[in-house]
Amino acid sequence: MSQNQIKKPIGKRIRNWAIVLIVIAIYVWAFAGAPSIALKDSAIQALKAIFHGFLHPDWDYIYDPAGEDLLRTLLETLAIAVLGTFISAILCVPFAFWAARNMTKHRTLSSLGKIVLSCIRVFPELIMALLFIKSVGLGPFAGILALGFHSIGMLGKLFGESIENTEFTAREALIASGANKLQVLWFAIIPEIMPAFMSYTLYRFEISVRSATILGIVGAGGIGAPLIFALNGHSWDRVGIILYGIIIMVTIIDLISAAIRKRLV
Amino acid sequence: MNSIKVKKPSKVKGIVTFLLIVVIIWASALNTDVSFQKLWDGLPNMGTLLNEMFPPDWSYFKSITEPMLATIRMAVLGTTFGGIVAIPIALLSSSNVVRIPVIYQIARFIMNLIRTIPELLLAALFVPIFGIGEIPGILAISVFSFGIIAKLFYEAIETIDPGPLEAMTAVGANKIQWIFFGVIPQVIAHYASFFLYSFEINIRAAAILGYVGAGGIGLFLNNALGFFQYDRVLSIIIYTFIVVVIVDAISNKIREKLL
Repeated sequence: MSQNQIKKPIGKRIRNWAIVLIVIAIYVWAFAGAPSIALKDSAIQALKAIFHGFLHPDWDYIYDPAGEDLLRTLLETLAIAVLGTFISAILCVPFAFWAARNMTKHRTLSSLGKIVLSCIRVFPELIMALLFIKSVGLGPFAGILALGFHSIGMLGKLFGESIENTEFTAREALIASGANKLQVLWFAIIPEIMPAFMSYTLYRFEISVRSATILGIVGAGGIGAPLIFALNGHSWDRVGIILYGIIIMVTIIDLISAAIRKRLV
Repeated sequence: MNSIKVKKPSKVKGIVTFLLIVVIIWASALNTDVSFQKLWDGLPNMGTLLNEMFPPDWSYFKSITEPMLATIRMAVLGTTFGGIVAIPIALLSSSNVVRIPVIYQIARFIMNLIRTIPELLLAALFVPIFGIGEIPGILAISVFSFGIIAKLFYEAIETIDPGPLEAMTAVGANKIQWIFFGVIPQVIAHYASFFLYSFEINIRAAAILGYVGAGGIGLFLNNALGFFQYDRVLSIIIYTFIVVVIVDAISNKIREKLL
């Protein structure tokens, strides 16, 4: 890219140009196919209604002793995220060891583990929630299972990578002094990856809190269900207070989690 | 944990943390009515569902190709717009570019605020304004990827090498030159990497935005589920899966080269 005196090899230059052309082609295709921006006739009205609702949120919804209220559903959302993260943090451990390259002599075995993890990862949690709803019924439990299962993909990958990055010295010292495999695992590898483990789990927890807020849209518990009702009913004051609730909750969780993570690493 | 005869640090902190975690998990389980009995009882239902899903409706693949392409288009355009807007905000958020704390704190605050809003909610808010279709989806993804890219990018900017910057200041470069020739060359590869990373996430996000009327494959998924056409649901899932795997693989390859 810079004006080097030495010319780059011709193959490389052709490849770079090919990449540029492909990128341009993708953009031409994307812009050509995109529908033009057209405001709905009622857009101004809708915008006004939305702004009015957001400026005058439904304060009564925050706490309602009789029924479903903001605090209760937010708490449920949080609980879904906690349990989902917890399940995946436990379940991902075997996957992580399976996918780590330095845990086995067979390269194909660890590659297979990595493929399995990415397969789990690409499966959107919302679709997973739909599947779990079918089996355990509507409610937070389906959301927990969906989150728990989905998070294995990412946590397993990150844990696997941190296992791959472990220092060999402690391990070799233990092997030299005659430790068996389990002892090596327990005294050399686990202590070394524990901080990374905790840090990634907390990081995943932050993401899970965000995901949990929308799981309810398909009926998997949490704040999503009242949110989708309010959206469908165009009750923008209700949407407003729920939005503020989500923003405040996510921000607080992020701050706490970031503070803890800073101490860990 | 091991039995060396060194004075160990107090265990109290560890025990308290452990107890705290147990209490949080226990309270969460109580709050959400979790029971393994329910899972166990529900497993046969899952079996029935899978039974109804197989075999997938292969002929359906042809009719969902167009919405699938629309989904990809939404992700491409959304990531691009979001990525462009992210650059100035990321620069404004970096304490080593903007030396005035008030400005970078405000920029960071806006960035963090936007990141907390779920993309599905954004899409649902844009639908009444722009009508049902791809536009609300593109906008929702723009806002969402703006949040991701801006955050990652500003963190990368803050870790750059100050040497070239000082050299530029010494020879009398103005702020714009300083950013263009001092900051940007150091972080451009990171930016491209974050852009691709956000694109990967957006493909997945775009696949479900149709749920609230924002175009793409999600609408078809919603319909198929509503009519209990589980063989079609499986077709959509398989199709999404294939696209996501391909995009992830390509993007990962490029990102490995970049960094």
